[in-house]
This record gives sequence, C-alpha cells and structure tokens, in this order.
Amino acid sequence: MKYLAQQAINALQLGSIYALIALGYSMVYGVLTMINFAHGDVFMLGSFFCLLLIAIVPVPFWLALIVVMGATAILGTLIERFAYRPLRNAPRVSAIITALGCGLVIQNTTLGISPYARPMPHLLDNVTYQFAGITVTTLQIIIIGVSVGLMMVLDFLIRKTSFGMAMRAVASDRATVSLLGVPANEIIAVTFAIGAALGGAAGLLYGMAYPVVSAAMGITVGWKAFVAAVIGGIGNMRGAVLGAFILGTVEVMTVAVLPSTYRDLISYSLLLLILVFKPHGLLGKPTIHKA
Amino acid sequence: MYLHTRHILAALVLSGILLTSCQPTKPSVKIGINAELTGEMPAVGASCKQAAELFTEQVNKAGGIAVGSEKLPILLSVVDNSCKADQSAAAAQRLISQDGVTVMVGPNASSCAIPAGEIAESLGCLMISPWSTNPKTTQDSQTGKPKKNAFRACFTDRFESPVLAAFATKNLHAKTAAVLYDVSSEAPTSQSALFKEAFEKAGGKVVSMETYSTGDRDFSAQLTKIRESSPDIIYLPAPYNDTPLIAAQARQLGIKAPFLGSDAWSSPDIIKLDAGKNLEGSYFCNHYSTEAATPKAKQFIADYTAKYGNAPDDVAALTYDAMALAANSIASAGKTDRAAVRDAMASTRTFDGVTGHFVYPEAAREPAKSAVIMQIKDGSFHWVSTVEP
Amino acid sequence: MIGMTPWTKNRYLPPVLLVVGLIVTAILPSTGLVNDYLQFVIVSIAINAILCVSLNLVNGWMGEFSVGHAGFMALGAYASAILTVKLFPSAPAALIFPAAVLIGGTVAGLAGIPVGILSFKTRGDYLAIITLAFLMIVKSGLENIPYTGGPRGMLGIPHLTTVAWAYFWCVVAFWAIRNLVYSKYGRGIAAIREDEIAAEAMGVNTRAAKLVAFVTSSFFAGVAGALFAHQLQFINPSSFDILKSTEILVMVYLGGVASLGGSLLGAGVVTILTQCLQPLGTWRMVVLPALLVLLMLFRPAGIMGYRDWNWLKPRLSLKLRSKNEDKAERGKEIVS
Repeated sequence: MKYLAQQAINALQLGSIYALIALGYSMVYGVLTMINFAHGDVFMLGSFFCLLLIAIVPVPFWLALIVVMGATAILGTLIERFAYRPLRNAPRVSAIITALGCGLVIQNTTLGISPYARPMPHLLDNVTYQFAGITVTTLQIIIIGVSVGLMMVLDFLIRKTSFGMAMRAVASDRATVSLLGVPANEIIAVTFAIGAALGGAAGLLYGMAYPVVSAAMGITVGWKAFVAAVIGGIGNMRGAVLGAFILGTVEVMTVAVLPSTYRDLISYSLLLLILVFKPHGLLGKPTIHKA
Repeated sequence: MYLHTRHILAALVLSGILLTSCQPTKPSVKIGINAELTGEMPAVGASCKQAAELFTEQVNKAGGIAVGSEKLPILLSVVDNSCKADQSAAAAQRLISQDGVTVMVGPNASSCAIPAGEIAESLGCLMISPWSTNPKTTQDSQTGKPKKNAFRACFTDRFESPVLAAFATKNLHAKTAAVLYDVSSEAPTSQSALFKEAFEKAGGKVVSMETYSTGDRDFSAQLTKIRESSPDIIYLPAPYNDTPLIAAQARQLGIKAPFLGSDAWSSPDIIKLDAGKNLEGSYFCNHYSTEAATPKAKQFIADYTAKYGNAPDDVAALTYDAMALAANSIASAGKTDRAAVRDAMASTRTFDGVTGHFVYPEAAREPAKSAVIMQIKDGSFHWVSTVEP
Repeated sequence: MIGMTPWTKNRYLPPVLLVVGLIVTAILPSTGLVNDYLQFVIVSIAINAILCVSLNLVNGWMGEFSVGHAGFMALGAYASAILTVKLFPSAPAALIFPAAVLIGGTVAGLAGIPVGILSFKTRGDYLAIITLAFLMIVKSGLENIPYTGGPRGMLGIPHLTTVAWAYFWCVVAFWAIRNLVYSKYGRGIAAIREDEIAAEAMGVNTRAAKLVAFVTSSFFAGVAGALFAHQLQFINPSSFDILKSTEILVMVYLGGVASLGGSLLGAGVVTILTQCLQPLGTWRMVVLPALLVLLMLFRPAGIMGYRDWNWLKPRLSLKLRSKNEDKAERGKEIVS
C-alpha cells in the first residue's frame, strides 16, 4: 500500500510538470488552432535561462521563477511575432512546419552553445520528510504546489477576467472578434506569452527536480506533454491538466509493475485507445473543420 | 536572368560538394577518429579528440611515423558520431571510404563501437577502440569468433565485472545487490549481466534488476522498487551524465545503500554534475589512475595538462595508447597498406602504454591489463587498489 | 518530316533512359570511378527520395499531416532484416534481397491499413497525433522484442543494397506513385485535400482513396526501410523515432508538397547538405531548419509545391485522343 502511495507522489510530481507544459500547448491551440511544436524547446530554455541567471547573480528561488517566466514570455512573443504571424493566413501545415523548424533551431543553437550537460545550481534546501514509510521532499511539495497554484491562477484568469473572456472569444471566432473591437493580434501575443511563461516555469521546476540540464530535454518532455494535452482534448485548459496527470500516472505505474521498456508502449497505446473512442480527447468538443 | 530559389540552392549544393572534395596532396599517414563529440557524452569525445591531437602533435614534431624508409606525418580526420549507432556507422563509412584512413581509432561508447566495428570489418580497415568494454565490439555477431579488424586498447567487461563483484563482496561486505542500468545501451547491459553472474558466483544475491532507457530523467519508479528490496549496495553502470541524477533521486527517496560504478563513471564531469554530493564515498572501476602513475604516464599527464589545462581522464589516456598502438603497427608494417597494418597489430604481443602494461594473447583482440578501483572523495577521484589480470 | 516528333519527345525515350540508368548503376561499383562513400551517399539519396515521395502522397496530395512515416520504415527494415539474418542467412543475395524488400514493403503496407481506417473519421491535427502514437507504439513495441535484439538493435545485416537496387526501387516508387497520382484514384486523393465533403458529394469514394493512399505510402516506406537496413548493416529502434520522421518531413516540405520532382529535389538537397555541412557539427542542424523556416515564410508550399517538371508528367494529350482520331488526323495531313 505504501509502495503505491510512494509511486502516487512520484506520479503527481511528473504530472504537475507535464501539466504546466501541456497548458502552453492548449492555450496556443485554442486561439490559433496551431500546434506550437517549438513549445518543448521553450520549456528547455527555461532551465537554461535559470542557469544563466544564477551564473550572473545568485537569487532566491522566487525571484528566479519570476525572472525566468518573464524571459520565456518575451521569447514566446518574439517567436510568435516573427515566425507565426506572417503565416497567419497561409495553409496550416506551413505554420506547423515552421514551428517544427523553430524548435529545431532553438534546440540545436542551445546545443551548439552548450554541448555539455550542466548541473542545476542549488536553489532550495531539500528536506526529506518520512511518514508512514513514504518519503516526501520539500522539492516535490514545492513543484506540486507551484504547478497547482499557477494552474489555478490561469483558470481564474480565463474564467473570471475580461482578458480571459477575450481569449475565449478569439479562440471561438477570430474574424468576428476583430469586428467587435477586440485587438486579436495583441490577445494572441499575450496568450503566447502566458503559455511560454508557464513552459519556462515548468523548465525551472524540472531542472530543480532532475538537476542535470541538457539541451536535448526539450524533445522528449515536450512531446510527452503534447500527448498529454491531446489526451485531455487540445484547446481545453482543464483537459490539458487532466491529460497530464493521467499520463504521469500511467508512466509511473507502468514502470512500477513492468520493465521500463514498456512505458512508452503503454502510454501511447492508451493515447490511441482514447483517440479511437473519443477522437477529440477526453474533454474536447468536436470542431467543424472546413476540409 | 531572374535569380530563382533553385539557382541559389544549386549554387549552395555545388559549392558544398566542391569544398568537401578538396583533399590535401602532401603524403601523410591518415588516421581517423570516430568520436562522440556531441550527444549523450560529449566529455568522452572531447577527451578522445584532445588526446589524439596531442599524440599527433608530438609525433609530427619528431618528424612523423617511420614508414619504410621515409618519415610521414600523421594527418588526423575527426568525425562526430553524436553517440548514436547509425551515425557511428555512417561516420565509419566516411572515414574509411571518403577520407581513406589507414587506421580508425574509436568509437568509445560500445553502442557506437559495435556498428562501427561491423563497417570496419566489411571494408577491411583496422579499428582500435580505446574505451569500449562490451565484448561484442570485437566479436563477429554470427559466429562469435573474434573479428579480423576490430581491436581495443582496454579490458572488457568480462574482466571488469568479476573485479567489481569481488570488491563488493570482499571489501564492501555486500551480500545483496540491486542493479539499475540502461537497457537500450550496450555497455551497461553487458556489464550488468556479467556483474550479476560474477556476484552470484562470489556468493552474493542480486535482489533487484531494474532498467531504464537512454534519455530518461525520472527514475523514481525504479528506485522505489529497489528501495523495497533493501539491497546492501547498488550497482550503477551508468555514464557520467546519468549517474548524479540517479544518485540524487535515490538519496531523496531515502535509500542509504552505497553506490558502485563501472568505468563509465570515469569522466571528472561526474563530480561537476553531482551538485548534491550524493556520490561522495562511492567506488568505481577505472582503467588508470593519475595517482598510481608510471613515469611514462606522469609525462603524458604533464604534457596533456600543459596543453589543455585539465588532467587527462581514462578516455584520453586510452586514446593516447590506441594512437601509439596504431602508429607502432604502421611503423612495423613499413607501409600504409591496410592489410599489412592489421597484421602488424595482430602480431603485437606486448605494449607499454600510459595506462599500464598490455599483453595481447594470441588471437585475442583485447589486452590483458590491470584495473584500478577508485573512490570519489572530497570532490575528486582517489586511487584505492589495483587488480592485476 | 510531317508527323514525326523530335527525338526528345519520343515516347520511348524515358523507358530507354531508365534502363540505361540501371545498367550504368549496375556496373558503377566495379569501375572504381566512384568510391564507397559516394556510393553510400547516392544510395542514401535514393532511399530518402523513396521516403519523400511516399510521404508526399499522404502529406502533399492528400493534405493530411502524418508524422508516423518512420514507423512504417521501421517495420519494413525489421521485417526484411529478420528474413535475411534470422530466417535465410545463407540464401543467395540475388534471390533473397528482392524478396526481403518486397516482404518488408508488404508488412509496412499491411500496417498502413489500420492507420488508413483510423483516418476515415479523424482529420487534421488528430490524425497527426494518431500517426505519432502509431510511430511510438511501433518503436516501443520493437524495443520489447528480444528476438530482434530489443532496444539495442540488430547487428550483422548483410550489405545487399547496391546502387543498382536503390536506383531500381526508386524508379519503381516514382513510377507507381506517378501513375497513382495521375489516375482516377489520384484525382480522388487530391479532391480530398481540397474539400472532403464536396468530394464525397461528387461521388468520390473517399474511404477507398484514403486506404489506397495510406497503403501505397506505407508500402514504399517499408521498401525504403529495407534498403536502409541493408545499407547500414545495423538497425535499432531509436533510429526510427520522431527525429527521423521530422527529417523526412523537412525533405518533403523543402522540396515541395504534392510534387514528384519536389520529392527528388528535397531528398537530394537535404542529404547532400547534411553530408557537406558535416564540418559545422551541431550548427548543421541549425542551418537546415533555419533554411526550412525561411522557405516556409516565403514559399509555403516548398520549392516545387504543386508543380512538376514536364518529363515527370504523363503524356495526357496522347491518352486523350483515340486511335481513330489519330489516324484521321494523319490521313487529312497527307491528303492536303
């Protein structure tokens, strides 16, 4: 029993990080119906920005989080402005390929500048608590706490503020929204910024949890989070969080009972199964595509 | 004429082809280096390349290798294999067919060395791997007999694993062990299997064999399983970039058992990446130690440190020895013909290198040489003992 | 003379040139003019061209977004390798290799059927994800089969891919897909790309068209995989991951969607640039995607998107006229 409880805590931690990244994918898909494949690499840059920051001036954890989120928000806005906005009216496939290209450029530039894996600097004292045979560390509590906190802030933002309403309006009908006086371009830019900021936060937390940072992290974790977003229904915020926790749990539990090579097999088979029975994800709603 | 995109592309491609087909025409001995310059373990590739360049510089300053009646300088060709098996095969193809090397030194990671060995075998070029310990590198996959063209400068896992198992049972008094290894990589897989065999033969019991795949970051599920089995020690044949992560997560989960490592730990970067000092006090097996060094080794260490600013690790030392073996084979063959050089290498029986005294038994592709046990203490490697073959 | 076409437009020129090409590639290795590495590059271009044109069928002509192409390639590679390494290691090369390639293609083609069926209901991004899931399932599945070496892969595959074989299969792939695309099914596939609902309304059997597209595409991906396995002599599941799929996507979108010449061009350019830019190391993989991004900004359909060279298009004008019309035309000319 305590073995399962321990694994459950592991799953929660993994799920929280996936959730933060999956939210970024869902937000961008919601407003632009575009899969932002560069998001995984923005997540990876979150860790690297933290490394850079601490190398210049050692700051406490909270400040580092805010600065990293700000930096990745700016990065996200820049990518949107220069790589995606010109393709707003081009076929969707071109935008996806551009996203893929941007992601590769970011990843390999970082690899070129820093080919070696680097240790994550020490930001927080890690105290291990033991009760009833289960170990929980402050790091795990912080990761889960910060993730859930950010998600709740985002949920509040989307459901209760006028900006959130504008975002949802842009997501449902972009053309009409401009007619009604909502600055669609600015809303989209801010959406990208928020999504990227969440990805950056995830990068920082991930770097703290797994303190060896390398430029190749973006692809593996990014694609997993993308799968999580799709499981929950891409475009749907709550779906992204749900999907992320489901994926985290499936991954951890699979390795808990089977050899680790089965992990991807089970996760992706689950994804396929869900998509066969619910083609738009667990919480997604069918959208009518023209062609 | 309107400048279409296709014209620009054609110009690009043509210039690319022209640039790469220019070959220098001075007579020289070409030696190829197939190294992991990018990817999982760039520190290993960097050490390999640096040691090779140091050797080349030293030999060329003395005039070159004596091939027959004249002295020819060494021309080094370095290709990156990104620590990936298929790229390693392509790199071997490039070195042997395009650059026309006489000997290929490398790759170091067994996952890369094994496919490169296949290519070297089918193209008939001598390959000396400095660091690959998996027995399969020099073995024909169909017949199990030694390959004709693949050699190595280090001992294999068949020697290393029993050494570690003996150390675990005698010095660390371990009765039970857990193993966590990368199942998608050749070296850790063979090391784990051979360690299990040796440990159980020495009277111990392996209570948990857990796996992960290259690139995994989260080992909490496997470590929780290991924690349940309460082992005396944990054998971790993981490379220098994974080990600190695994150790940190293990300690976080409350696992107190000491760690035991293979020669994959040998890069000093492992200490740099171990910010939480979780590996302090752990033991591992290595190919040579800067502390227990012979005069020849001391000279090499001094030269390397003078040129690059940091002490050479075992990959650098083994590459230096591999280069020396290659140069000696070329010199004793008297020509740069690949078959002759290969035969000269096969007839080498003893060699005194930076990493110790090599003895190549008849028809063997790997030397019998000593291993050292090291401990990570106070932020650096310390020599504990030497085990003779 | 009246009625005689110039030799460049002779209807028998293309087949003759192709056969000449086959003979040239067959004797090329023994002439020693081209060293092993250049042969390796030429074979790589051929393999990439097959992958490119087969993916173009689904991504370009049918307008879907499939990222699972490497999965079909993996199935073809492993199926053919099992045949040549495990089942018939001592069979003569001339017999076993074509059989292995065909079986590799067939296995991949059969795997294309479920993906095709899944594509009936899902389109767009969800199909992309289904193909991604398929790719990862194939990759993880292969990692768990100890018979084929598990995650560490399969060694000792004989080097059976010669320049001649690669050329042959490349020609077959291009010929098959060209004929498919300019046929009734091809029109249906293009109609699905433009507007699926309208196509259904106009009587196009979209299910059949999708199935044909996916199966053909995956068959040739399997063929390419078999050639790949026998060139590299070593395969492991991680060679066929999302990175490989991305490489093929880059080639397709660089060369041009829905274009045969574009597939050839994309494969050639990317393969050659990848080899030539080796000295740049990691920066090579910055230059290539950056090129792609720039191209997408200025030419979203790729260099040769939706267009083709004339010598690749079938001679429709000849097909449209009946034999009697031809005779009448010629008769009129001689009389007058």
